[in-house]
Amino acid sequence: MENSKQLIKLSNNDNVLVLTVDLNVGDVFTYAGTDYKVAEAIALGHKIAAKSINEGEKIIKFNMSIGSATRDIKIGEHIHLHNMKSDFIDTHTRES
Amino acid sequence: MILLIRILGKVDDNNSKEMELKGYQRKDGRKGIRNVILVAYLVECAHHVASEIARPFRDDNVQVIGFGGCYPNEYAAKIMKQLCAHPNVGGVLLVSLGCESFNRNKLSDAIKESGRPVETLVIQNCGGTSKTIEKGREWIKNTLEAFKKTISVNISVKDLMIGTICGGSDATSGITANPSVGLTFDKLVKNNSTVIFEETGEMIGCFEDIIKRAETPLLAKELQKALDKAARYYTIMGYGSFAPGNADGGLTTIEEKSLGAYAKCGSALISGLIKPGDLPNKPGLFLMDIVPDGEPRFGFPNINDNSEITELIASGCHIILFTTGRGSVVGSAISPVVKICGNPDTYERMSDDMDVNAGKIISSTATLEEVAEEIYVKVIETASGIPTASERLGHQESVITYKTFEPIGPNCLVG
Repeated sequence: MENSKQLIKLSNNDNVLVLTVDLNVGDVFTYAGTDYKVAEAIALGHKIAAKSINEGEKIIKFNMSIGSATRDIKIGEHIHLHNMKSDFIDTHTRES
Repeated sequence: MILLIRILGKVDDNNSKEMELKGYQRKDGRKGIRNVILVAYLVECAHHVASEIARPFRDDNVQVIGFGGCYPNEYAAKIMKQLCAHPNVGGVLLVSLGCESFNRNKLSDAIKESGRPVETLVIQNCGGTSKTIEKGREWIKNTLEAFKKTISVNISVKDLMIGTICGGSDATSGITANPSVGLTFDKLVKNNSTVIFEETGEMIGCFEDIIKRAETPLLAKELQKALDKAARYYTIMGYGSFAPGNADGGLTTIEEKSLGAYAKCGSALISGLIKPGDLPNKPGLFLMDIVPDGEPRFGFPNINDNSEITELIASGCHIILFTTGRGSVVGSAISPVVKICGNPDTYERMSDDMDVNAGKIISSTATLEEVAEEIYVKVIETASGIPTASERLGHQESVITYKTFEPIGPNCLVG
């Protein structure tokens, strides 16, 4: 598994990594030898794309699908409700 | 620590008869890791008297459990019976007010049948609070004396039944504590222990994977039915299982939240489906269907974490692996609770209440496998008699509520 101090991959088939630290604007994280500078703050527990993911493709965490991409996602990009959705019940947020 | 590593080495060899854990042999063939005397109240009106009887014996493994309701309930009667005949229990004092509907004679007969000393005190017949307390304490003193002669036997990891639940979860639970427990469960199953998971109401999105893991196609159908029932029940209760705070913590969808909890059960085949109080029929991984049958009647299936723990113990669990992120402090009567904290900051703040720091996976370079091994060692240590954090702190919570169940179908257990 490609775990570092900042990122954890929970299962080998996953296409996401989980952040184990809070990242602020301008912070840099390293994955597979490449540095990624974050444009917005991302909190511990959030997900980063481990590879390029096409629109409609399943998001795989713990070797299981947790929903689908709603647009193309680049490697190193933050994955959250702005680019993925549930395949079961739409997620209720404070704004919705 | 050296001793523990030696014990573990023997477990790994699957040469369990060499393991030098001592337990208590019960008449039904099961073995206990604690020798508890229960003071069991049969209605809330007898709760205070029961607590007062037990008070001077706090350090002698005398613990209070009970059912608060005055109206009869078959499920509650079954749970009480299974708790009183649990392998960790050596004797029972029943405390009745006198006019409640609980069938105290039937319960007393069942305990007698199980080979345990039992006494029933009816407060209305004993002359009230003080006289009942006095009689109860006298019985405990005599029973403790007899306990000194209890024969202890060798037990091994294959004699153990372990349950798991999570409570006070946060974003870390699903990535540290829960998957670590999953790996511990895999190792326990490999070593022929029996392990139980539950929380069928929080498994939306995991159905397909759960069904695939059934030992037989007929069991798969039963699992599907139980999961559909849970989804329907929680929908009717209007239970919103995904809160906006979950999204702040990095979770996106209900299926992502579900599988964080589901990770606790590891990856073994599912060997059977039981309901609270049913005993698994062989080693392996079992799912407990905690959602009542029929139309929703008595409110939420489980009103808090301890009602879940009590059900796991009623089905025979010797030890409960409890994962938390926000920081739960509870323990339980009868069976020790091992608390595994997924959040390193919470662990720092509440370390007295925690047994394992799974937050190390976040705060340092510890791996899931290393934490899983630490949990496994903690299980062996706890089985050997070393108190867990909640036992040291005197936690003995226990809750039984009203529920209605049909018996499990013939395909739920596989021969």
